[in-house]
Amino acid sequence: MKQNISRLTPEEEKLFGDLMPEELNEVLDSGLKRRHFLKLMGLASAGLLVSHMVGAEQLFARSMEMEDIPDLMPAAIENGINVSFKVNSSNKKVLIDSRMTLLDTLRERIGLTGSKKGCDHGQCGACTVIVDGNRVLSCLTLAATCEGKSVITIEGLAKENELNPMQQAFLKHDGFQCGFCTPGQICSAVALMKEAKEGQASFLTKNLRDQPKAVMLSDDEIAERMSGNICRCGAYPNIVAAIKEAQTGKNIEQNWLFAD
Amino acid sequence: MTPFKFSIADNPSAALDLLHKNNNAAFLAGGTNILDLMKEHVANPTEIVDLGRLQLNAITPGAAGVSLGALAKNTATANHPFVRKEYPMLSKAILAGASAQIRNMASNGGNLLQRTRCSYFYDIAMPCNKRNPGSGCAAMEGFNRMHAIFGWSEQCVAVYPSDMAVALSALNASVKVMHKNGTERVIPFADFHVLPKDHPEKDNSLNFGELITSIDLPKNNFAGHSAYVKVRDRNSYAFALVSVAAGFDLQGSNITNAQIAMGGVAHKPWRALKAEAFLKGKSATTANFAKAAALEMDAAKPLSHNKFKVEMGKQTLINAMEIAWKG
Repeated sequence: MKQNISRLTPEEEKLFGDLMPEELNEVLDSGLKRRHFLKLMGLASAGLLVSHMVGAEQLFARSMEMEDIPDLMPAAIENGINVSFKVNSSNKKVLIDSRMTLLDTLRERIGLTGSKKGCDHGQCGACTVIVDGNRVLSCLTLAATCEGKSVITIEGLAKENELNPMQQAFLKHDGFQCGFCTPGQICSAVALMKEAKEGQASFLTKNLRDQPKAVMLSDDEIAERMSGNICRCGAYPNIVAAIKEAQTGKNIEQNWLFAD
Repeated sequence: MTPFKFSIADNPSAALDLLHKNNNAAFLAGGTNILDLMKEHVANPTEIVDLGRLQLNAITPGAAGVSLGALAKNTATANHPFVRKEYPMLSKAILAGASAQIRNMASNGGNLLQRTRCSYFYDIAMPCNKRNPGSGCAAMEGFNRMHAIFGWSEQCVAVYPSDMAVALSALNASVKVMHKNGTERVIPFADFHVLPKDHPEKDNSLNFGELITSIDLPKNNFAGHSAYVKVRDRNSYAFALVSVAAGFDLQGSNITNAQIAMGGVAHKPWRALKAEAFLKGKSATTANFAKAAALEMDAAKPLSHNKFKVEMGKQTLINAMEIAWKG
């Protein structure tokens, strides 16, 4: 953590110097705090960050790396447990109430609000994350069981500024309307690519008795294998098209057209 | 959720020790059902014993059949090449259940121990003899479209929800459990889940302080002639209205042995013993399948909202037998 403090890039330092001069020394002395980001967000909404795009982008990209996760007040935790696990390749150590699900820990403690709480009962898939390579429901996973595990959330799929091919495909095909189920849909679809490659079977697999081999997924297979992710807007045809494009790497025609 | 102490067991005997120290403790494997029940305050353990570190996840083929570790994931079990090749009915049944995410989490032992999805069991404002013995059964006079047509009692009309267990029943599996002192006992699958009778709070014949270590399947000749057919309200990710697991041993077109179980119709996987007895020694014809199905389903006792399950059961039985016969 300490190393990050003095490591403001020149762009970042200019940004603070220009927009938040009264805070610059504090930031240089004791590092970035959440409230600095909150203030920056306010400036962003006022349009003041436009002239500092590079610095702002760098800052937001690594914002979550910089802070220790502060403990809650002791009264807010019963049966506290220390859990260390990896989230999107960065190590996290957090003291939690034994009842905390992985979903609540990601959202409320680690600040990664991409994973969504839809039903909180394992029926909708909005909370889908990838744990040790497999897609699971974070709402039905106790964070206490994640010791030593590696969690990938929607925030961890892009490489720097380059989107994951599945994210790109969802954008191209408009694989959402309101977007609430989308982080879960995309995490689920990314893990599905691995499952198909491994030759995992589904309820629709014709020759179960054959040796498993890589599967190219039909529309029906995608629907079956993605059935754990509900989309209330009904963007299913576009989700299927996006997954097809991501799997085949081929250009799949969009289901939508721009209005003339 | 009610506050609970979180304990971690490193091995089976440590897990059993922890359980024996607290009557209100519960084991946690995949958590896909118990966590849900805890959120609804249907289950209120004061201690959770995490089984995540126990080495019970091997799937071991052998001369006598295959042993499925209690903590092997449903996904790993359904996709194991030996299971797919020799027990395709089991793979298909597992893949018919839940969603990919849930199958990645759920363990084999936990699958057997999941509770009914009867909505009155889940709603703590309603009477339910299974959740609160002696409080009555709201489903008997309520919405019972999803409920039992075989083996129910005045106390409980709930159905057992697992798909996997229906195949395990048809395959004559057995359940190996361990006691605190390290001794083991083997429960034949037919005796594992129980009918509700006067004690619907009991889903199965496990005693407190026992841990499932494996589910063992004997060898059979069904692999080329088996089926798992599931009928549900939507194509995927829904509990069965009716499901059928069927396996035939054939000599030419003569059925030397038939093992058939049904899901969605009773408080436990329902072995279609009448249909099996009829088919033994008969030739595999649609007429015989229809007779066998009728024999089984004529004994059904539907409730006010699930009379449709009798005809649906008949047709699903015939359908599964046809698929098993064609292979």
